[in-house]
Amino acid sequence: MNIISNIKTTGCETAPVLRERGQREVFCGLTSIVWLHRKIQDAFFLVVGSRTCAHLVQSAAGVMIFAEPRFATAIIDERDLAGLADIDDELDRVVNRLLERRPEIKMLFLVGSCPSEVIKLDLKRAASRLNREHLPNVRVLNYSGSGIETTFTQGEDACLASLAEDLPKYTGKANLVIAGSLPDAVEDQFTRYLKEMGIDVSFLPGRRSNAMPAVGPNTVFLMAQPFLGDTARVLKEKGATALQAPFPFGAEGTTLWLKAAATHFGVLDTVFEKITSAPRQRAELALSKFKKSLGGKSIFFFPDSQLELPLARFASRELDMKLVEVGTPYLHTQHMAQELALLPAGTMLSEGQDVDKQLDRCRAARPDITVCGLGLANPLEAEGLTTKWSIELVFSPIHGYEQAGDLAGLFARPIARSERLAV
Amino acid sequence: MQLTLWTYEGPPHIGAMRVATGMKGLHYVLHAPQGDTYADLLFTMIERRDRRPPVTYTTFQARDLGGDTAELFKSSCAAAYERFKPEAMIVGASCTAELIQDDPGGLASTLGLPIPVIALELPAYQKKENWGASETFYRLVRALAKSGTKRAANTCNILGPSALGFRNRDDIVEIKRLLTALGVEVLVTAPMSASPSDLVKLPEAAFNISLYPEVSDGAARFLEKNFDQKFTKTIPIGVGATRKFLAEVAALAGLDATDLIAREQGRLLWYSKSVDSTYLTGKRVFVFGDATHTMAAALMAKNELAFDVVGIGTYSREFAKPVRELAAELGVEALITDDYLDVEAKVAELQPDLVLGTQMERHIAKRLGVPCAVISAPVHVQDFPARFSPHMGFEGANVIFDTWVHPLMMGLEEHLLHMFRDDFEFNETAAPSHLGHQKQETAAPGDVVNATLNWLPDAEAELKKIPFFVRKKARRNTETYAANHGVNHITVETLYDAKAHFSK
Repeated sequence: MNIISNIKTTGCETAPVLRERGQREVFCGLTSIVWLHRKIQDAFFLVVGSRTCAHLVQSAAGVMIFAEPRFATAIIDERDLAGLADIDDELDRVVNRLLERRPEIKMLFLVGSCPSEVIKLDLKRAASRLNREHLPNVRVLNYSGSGIETTFTQGEDACLASLAEDLPKYTGKANLVIAGSLPDAVEDQFTRYLKEMGIDVSFLPGRRSNAMPAVGPNTVFLMAQPFLGDTARVLKEKGATALQAPFPFGAEGTTLWLKAAATHFGVLDTVFEKITSAPRQRAELALSKFKKSLGGKSIFFFPDSQLELPLARFASRELDMKLVEVGTPYLHTQHMAQELALLPAGTMLSEGQDVDKQLDRCRAARPDITVCGLGLANPLEAEGLTTKWSIELVFSPIHGYEQAGDLAGLFARPIARSERLAV
Repeated sequence: MQLTLWTYEGPPHIGAMRVATGMKGLHYVLHAPQGDTYADLLFTMIERRDRRPPVTYTTFQARDLGGDTAELFKSSCAAAYERFKPEAMIVGASCTAELIQDDPGGLASTLGLPIPVIALELPAYQKKENWGASETFYRLVRALAKSGTKRAANTCNILGPSALGFRNRDDIVEIKRLLTALGVEVLVTAPMSASPSDLVKLPEAAFNISLYPEVSDGAARFLEKNFDQKFTKTIPIGVGATRKFLAEVAALAGLDATDLIAREQGRLLWYSKSVDSTYLTGKRVFVFGDATHTMAAALMAKNELAFDVVGIGTYSREFAKPVRELAAELGVEALITDDYLDVEAKVAELQPDLVLGTQMERHIAKRLGVPCAVISAPVHVQDFPARFSPHMGFEGANVIFDTWVHPLMMGLEEHLLHMFRDDFEFNETAAPSHLGHQKQETAAPGDVVNATLNWLPDAEAELKKIPFFVRKKARRNTETYAANHGVNHITVETLYDAKAHFSK
């Protein structure tokens, strides 16, 4: 296990973090519905909110949605606010219309929004009322994706936390739960490695409402995504134990992440090496090709998905890129401890945002590539900066060995385009 | 509470952003929670704008709600002024900020900024995007327009084009070209490309051209009432409407449009007359969009392409009345709704040959296997083509001819398919040559009227001889006929009885 014992941790654990509170150019948690509704195939997400919420989810989903979406918005109007209509009756009416139209739906999430939070609409109570009516055909859960409480991927955290509250109790021998939605193909790869090591693994969320994992005191869990603070808390409350590891990006990250599970389950090093060496070498080969074009290039991360720290670690350690600034909407120091340890000393970390000031820093630094949201990408390109729009990092399969090259490719392509365009 | 799968319009503050983003030297400070900044990407991605919209959001969070959100608004407003130094500012609240009632207008006025600051009241739980754009533009004009020396009779302003407007970028170019050819001078185009100081000068022009009433009607009426500026009522979409528009402008400007109208032809009229277009005659079209584009498209479809308009509708409730009047004229019922499911049901019921709609109807038409062309906002990245592609004026009519005819079977191709329908390449699995090689949808919702009906083998075989592109309709008509006449077993006779019954 050379790869693991040889790791030098230079470390950013105690590095100062620039904390800013100004305009934040980030999505709210509702946006995560765009991938969550593809992941849980018989779930429907009903946002209880305003026309703005409907417009946001639709705009974020954009052209990605080809089938009839399994999300919608119950738009609160002035009659609801003025008390002319009973808002509970109205919600029941909307839910009934929806479930009549989509009888295949087995799980319904009532998703709170900024307006529903501000008027203190009790969706938890609404969910239990609706459950009395619709169980066992449909299970109704609730969580908040509001912008006043969540940014972007925190919506997934809130959703998975609500699912976790509801998981059946696990009483068997030791099992492993991987938390965080992953593309099916990536899940299948991880399942294959872990099964070969003799580890019983399941995923949160499951692909269908009746395929959610069971959790109990014999459960350990690994987080596949770095933004699952609340989900981890609920799993711990249910008796499960968290395994600490860097996140599974790149050859090194994936190895350390799988190794955390292997160590816990007492998998022999030789067995671990036998199962992981071939895919790890494929990943290293794929990355070595990208190192030529990306090595030495500078990269600037605007805060977006909380994936920034693990991705910066990957870019720095496996692609030899130079980190100019690594911004994150929220820095969970405990979950990020291992990532922080692997970042080069002196990395400029920032939490929160004051977008105009951050843009000033970015323009001054003129990085070779800037990872940012869609609202900033074209304006920065127009100023001559090469950008990678960060939402693609959330939507694309980037975890694990077989996707390490694809992940590097996401950074390499914009740079290649800038270099190729000849007029 | 309304169940909404897709919305045709965003909330009203998006309308205000369309005005602000179209303009220069104006800044919008929006009291809004974290997350509302998503709106920036509409402009930077859909319209491919090369700079951020001139909008500062307060992006308050839960922890701010317990503290002082009013102070947050004031500091954001002051910082925005310092950084961007705009000529004027608009301030307002999005839906959530409306609920916390911080009064952005009052707060901004306490800052004593040395520029005009215009407060917007955009009720997010009652109104929508176009209303918000119209109200914002009206408030700006009302606050800024000052009487000045009237210019010559041939001077005008163009009112209505905004950021994210459907083909506005190219429409203005084409309309200005025609106005110049007519001898009319355009002083200000607003909101798109105008600065607050340009709005001050609006009353100097002799008259106004109201190009997109959804945005410009309020401002045009205000200017008429207060500064005695008449404004145009004709929307120049289609050859007929463009001619009428030029005549209307000429009358307002004291000019003569006869020569220009005779000289400018465009190609649409000849293309519609050429023999190949025989196949367009009587195609059944359903039209849905904003009021302006729907009404213009319906008239064009009827008068300039010889289509049958089988239904029209709009999501612009503010303009329901003229749409209903036009529907009555056309002998159809108007569908006034912003519920996507209602529109889908209507298209499924009418089974038109072509849908002229928005990006939403493109989804619906795709699901139902009906060709579709887009005529109206809400916009999509496809509605901002790299090439010059107006919908207004004579060039606009050319563009529309191509846009509407493209999704249909080409005329000669339709004849060949009919003649050689048993040919190995001309079967139902072969898509029209100009649409690539994807397989035709074989079944769509609404295909089968009654599953209990029994097609006898002879009838089924006869049905297969009907060209595939009308076979679906023949099947449906036959089954409707059978169901209405109590026929359970469909024979060849039933098939032809139904054909006779439905042929006009």
